[in-house]
Amino acid sequence: MFARFFEQLKPACSLFLWLSLLTGLVYPALVTILGTGLWPQQARGSLIKQGETVIGSALIGQSFAAPGYFTGRPSATSPDPYNAAASAGSNLAASNPALRELVEARAAALSDTQAPRPVPMDLATASGSGLDPHLSPAAAAWQVARVAKARGLPAQTVADLVARHTEEQLWGFWGERRINVLALNLALDAAGSRQ
Amino acid sequence: MMTTDWLQWIFFLTVLLAASWPLGLYMARVYQGRPCGLDVLAGPLERLLYRLSGVDAGREMDWKTYSLALMGVNLVGLLAVYAMELLQGVLPLNPLHLPGVDPLVALNTAISFATNTNWQAYSGEATMSILTQMLALAVQNFLSAATGMAVAAALIRGLARRETTHLGNFWQDLTRSVLYVLLPLSLVLSLALIWQGVPQTFDAAVEARLLDQSGQATPSPAPDGQAAAPTVGRQSLVLGPVASQVAIKQLGTNGGGYYNANSAHPFENPTPLTNLLEMLAILLIPAAFCHTFGVMVGDRRQGLAVLAAMFILFAGFSYMTLAAESVPNPALAGVGVEAAPSLEGKEVRFGTAGSALWAAATTAASNGSVNAMHDSFMPLGGLYPMLLMQLGEVVFGGVGSGLYGMLVFAMVAVFVAGLMVGRTPEYCGKKIEPFETKMAALVILIPPFLCLMGTALAAVIGPADAVSNPGPHGFSQMLYGFSSMGNNNGSAFAGLTATSPFWTLAGGVAMFVSRYWLIIPVLALAGSLAGKKRLLQGPGTLPTHGPIFVSLLIIVVLVVGALTFVPALALGPVAEHLALFRAN
Repeated sequence: MFARFFEQLKPACSLFLWLSLLTGLVYPALVTILGTGLWPQQARGSLIKQGETVIGSALIGQSFAAPGYFTGRPSATSPDPYNAAASAGSNLAASNPALRELVEARAAALSDTQAPRPVPMDLATASGSGLDPHLSPAAAAWQVARVAKARGLPAQTVADLVARHTEEQLWGFWGERRINVLALNLALDAAGSRQ
Repeated sequence: MMTTDWLQWIFFLTVLLAASWPLGLYMARVYQGRPCGLDVLAGPLERLLYRLSGVDAGREMDWKTYSLALMGVNLVGLLAVYAMELLQGVLPLNPLHLPGVDPLVALNTAISFATNTNWQAYSGEATMSILTQMLALAVQNFLSAATGMAVAAALIRGLARRETTHLGNFWQDLTRSVLYVLLPLSLVLSLALIWQGVPQTFDAAVEARLLDQSGQATPSPAPDGQAAAPTVGRQSLVLGPVASQVAIKQLGTNGGGYYNANSAHPFENPTPLTNLLEMLAILLIPAAFCHTFGVMVGDRRQGLAVLAAMFILFAGFSYMTLAAESVPNPALAGVGVEAAPSLEGKEVRFGTAGSALWAAATTAASNGSVNAMHDSFMPLGGLYPMLLMQLGEVVFGGVGSGLYGMLVFAMVAVFVAGLMVGRTPEYCGKKIEPFETKMAALVILIPPFLCLMGTALAAVIGPADAVSNPGPHGFSQMLYGFSSMGNNNGSAFAGLTATSPFWTLAGGVAMFVSRYWLIIPVLALAGSLAGKKRLLQGPGTLPTHGPIFVSLLIIVVLVVGALTFVPALALGPVAEHLALFRAN
């Protein structure tokens, strides 16, 4: 038995080595060359730049606190929300009393200063990655009055911007309707500066 | 449940069925050595690999040699991954200057990736260098998947051939699985993912200066006492060769993510379209293998029967998961949020349907990648995925391993039918005798034993602070953990802290045993079946392609799973469900 095992060890080591080079180096290198050649923007992380400064990735959510910006979803990353170097969800169970307390506190903090309750679900619950870049249309609509007031813009202008940034379901049914918060806030800044 | 949720469920099932058919026929050609269309490209490379490694691909192996070769390459792979994890601090392609991995976590991870489990006791972006992710972990994603596919091919040959000891050549099956199936599919999928936004670069991280500099967060000290870098107004975007790794982690039913949040992370799964492609990739090869089986045994109806059983089970479980997640969490009533299904742990772009469907797909297959945190699912929304793993990963299951697991269940089903009506049990013209039944019993009993013993040990001697949620859900976290590792799935109720010596070691044992102590009986079974005569169908034969057999197979799978796990499930998710809906 052992003799037969050792007989197989030589091809095992050798084939392992060559297949490692093929699948561990050649394959990712080939994909990188093709990917960066065809879609350089996406392959490098869909970065958004203002001048030379990278201000984020179009795909990764950010913390927005100023009242003139739309706020994204709560984030459970540590030590701070939206830490892109340590993606994480809260992993709080549906039955965990801590979840109820957190959601209640978030809802209270939001509705004290803004629109009346109830707060849209995605604004009061943390995302799976802690980096969710999107809001539901309801969660964006809920913030329109506050943002418009803080910016001194007509509410209709802000609502129109939200509508223009709403991404529809794929083929009308796959995935969910959503709004990229960073893109919307950038558009707000652009609209504000035109005034 | 909303109409679009229904539509998404039906659409996904339809696309899966449609896509598995051509791939299954193609794979049959690959394992039979017939021309398949890719020979022009892959053929010279294949022959070059054999020449470099001194492999005589024409030399067929008996089941023992086949097992020894398989164990050899898996052992070499396991040791290589372990060594690279420990040494990554001094190896190249480590732009974030990450130190070597903790030895126990490294051992757990090496076993995890060699066994196609991809249980992750670590956080990807914060622990593993680019080199480790690429040359250690992603290589195992290919090789462990190819190992499972080779075993399935050997078992099919055992059923298809007669009066021989030959099951094929392991090196050939391994190499062809990589070159003709996994690599081409991964190449196409990874390019589609990049197009949709998944990064693919050798840059490690980009520092961003964020739009809103007012920031509400105050930097707090990290748990280990070190002062954490202030992150307000800044963001460190961790990049890397993500797309190439995500493609194979889905296609090879591996599931180990580049990032901690796995496919919930927008860089791994940025759009609804990538969600569809990745979800299809999870189930595509396992479903296709049913057709491959039918073609190779010379009776396509046999493959369709196995596919029908898997499909019906999956349709039922995915529907129930979706229904469970569509109910608002009663604990969140009256706290000022709208009465809607909870989105804690879910991403807006996937919503309830996209998250629940994925949860069912990833646990039906032994994939284990997640696009939402199963820990935060409703109690029943977590129960069905857990049960899908506990059924033994045979509802599609892992690439190769799902089919060989289900074929073993099919042999048990004909054995049970034989007992009921007094017929000699036969499957695909092969008599199922005491030896086959014993091997089948081993394959079916070892994973539940590991799951339940592991959970019991975790509850009694495991560290008390491993679980993060109180009440029955804490027990569910442990049960889910060992159900996942004891069936080589790899998903988790991720609030569980699995880095302690108990969890890394006991988990490592569970993953190792449930992989190789199943593969060896399956190969023994293949060897024994190959040596038998092929019986002609007579009036006394139970046809194994009709609806009666499909129903019987489904019942056997469900009964074995239910009898084994109902008591444990009653203590965890069922108790949690009742308490949650009673109290509120």
